[in-house]
Amino acid sequence: MYELAVIGGGPAGLAAAYSAYQNGLRNIVILERDKELGGILNQCIHNGFGLHRFKEELSGPEYAHRFIEMLKDTSVEVRLDTMVIEITDDKKIFINSPKGYECIEAQSIVLSMGCRERTRGAISIPGTRPSGVFTAGAAQRYLNMEGLMAGKRVVILGSGDIGLIMARRMTLEGAKVLACVELMPYSGGLTRNIVQCLDDFGIPLYLSHTVTEIRGDKRLEGITVMKVDENRQPIEGTEMDFDCDTLLLSVGLIPENELTREAGIAMDPKTNGAFVFENMETSIEGIFACGNAVHVHDLVDFVSAESERAGAAAAEYVKNGASDSEVIEIVNGADVGYTVPQKLHRNTKAEKIDVFFRVRRVFSKSRVVVSSGDTEIAVFKKAFMVPGEMQHLVIPTDKLRDFDTITVTAQEA
Amino acid sequence: MTELTCIGCPLGCRLTVDEENDYAVTGNSCKKGAEYGKNELKNPTRVLTTTVNAEGGIHGRCPVRTEAPIPKAMLFDAMKVLSEVTVKAPVKCGETVLEDILGTGVNVIATRDL
Repeated sequence: MYELAVIGGGPAGLAAAYSAYQNGLRNIVILERDKELGGILNQCIHNGFGLHRFKEELSGPEYAHRFIEMLKDTSVEVRLDTMVIEITDDKKIFINSPKGYECIEAQSIVLSMGCRERTRGAISIPGTRPSGVFTAGAAQRYLNMEGLMAGKRVVILGSGDIGLIMARRMTLEGAKVLACVELMPYSGGLTRNIVQCLDDFGIPLYLSHTVTEIRGDKRLEGITVMKVDENRQPIEGTEMDFDCDTLLLSVGLIPENELTREAGIAMDPKTNGAFVFENMETSIEGIFACGNAVHVHDLVDFVSAESERAGAAAAEYVKNGASDSEVIEIVNGADVGYTVPQKLHRNTKAEKIDVFFRVRRVFSKSRVVVSSGDTEIAVFKKAFMVPGEMQHLVIPTDKLRDFDTITVTAQEA
Repeated sequence: MTELTCIGCPLGCRLTVDEENDYAVTGNSCKKGAEYGKNELKNPTRVLTTTVNAEGGIHGRCPVRTEAPIPKAMLFDAMKVLSEVTVKAPVKCGETVLEDILGTGVNVIATRDL
């Protein structure tokens, strides 16, 4: 029996495994379905990773490399080409690998499966179904790992970071990127990516626009883009036609949690991930979750930090058993879309609690209020908040212990 | 006066650069921003990340980047140069795959083991 099984060898799984090792576990396995560790970082060849942690601008593969190197000096076992089929609430893990089907057991589990892209089906674009419509991440994998270009004349729907990064990448490789089209009145990606991926190459960004028709028989031949009103409905008479052979979709990410649901772990419909405590424990004792499987992050540095908490908590659980604690609930106040964690152990040994959340709309000068009933517990001033950027609060635990529920609210200053 | 968004880190500070006052930068929250604001108007540079052909490894492409920023105007020429480069496994992360690209004095390095 393993002390810890980590499901997924991307940035979250790597950090969780290493942290569990540092905290004293020696019998750890990482189960990874790909032929190598690193997860999505392997195809994110652009730079900008690791500014917080390493104080350097690394590319995705370099960031993964740092963690993979750290693991080399440990006893952590890595099983590649290994697909986890099912996990159970008593921590049996059914896997399929080159050795065949087997069941392994672990005292604790970290769920670090990452996320998947939303597809055309998720946003129901009308029109024909030709080839040439890709998720941005699929096109990224083709280009950066297989050396294959998805097409030559490209429109990008959605201004999430992957879409923006791919606009630059396809342009550098010789494609003509005609436009980036965003349904919302603001971009879903980081501002720096608008500047260095679109503005640098003169690629127009159409905010409050969407794709209303896809044309083409075998291959994509063109699309229609329309402006939308405040209810996100297309406005008659604003049609723009683009002749393009490729449409890349960067329209959101969904945490990947088939295994989580099947194990009967309680899910948060707001994040599409498991409900987690401050130590990243799920509703089942000894099963922890971290990274994009819990909520979609903007920055890998935060994934690593969160996953280290999960790994440390798994080690604590294996050594000292479950924490027997009352629960404090975190409630979403006005304009807060979700929080992670959603719950706290009242008797946690952590001196500070990291709370992550996203706002529902754009805020200029604003304040984030942490309160319980009429009691204001903490106030954080923010110069600027947008839904595309994850917010982070650090709250001293002693300020929270006396309450049963805590509300996080965003307000104009 | 020119307004810019800093790309030094994900914070994306909104900078104002005063060309008539020795490119003085305001709105930045760190040294990087001051430097970026000045350079962006005088000589804009970018780190180039791309892939080169690879033989003998588990993938047919190897990701690479310039070790330091190069002039923005040279990005497409640099892509052309790198399209002619092939690396042979084993490649070490950080290994130089091309020295002094386009006479910039900047090396191009591999960003993974292969």
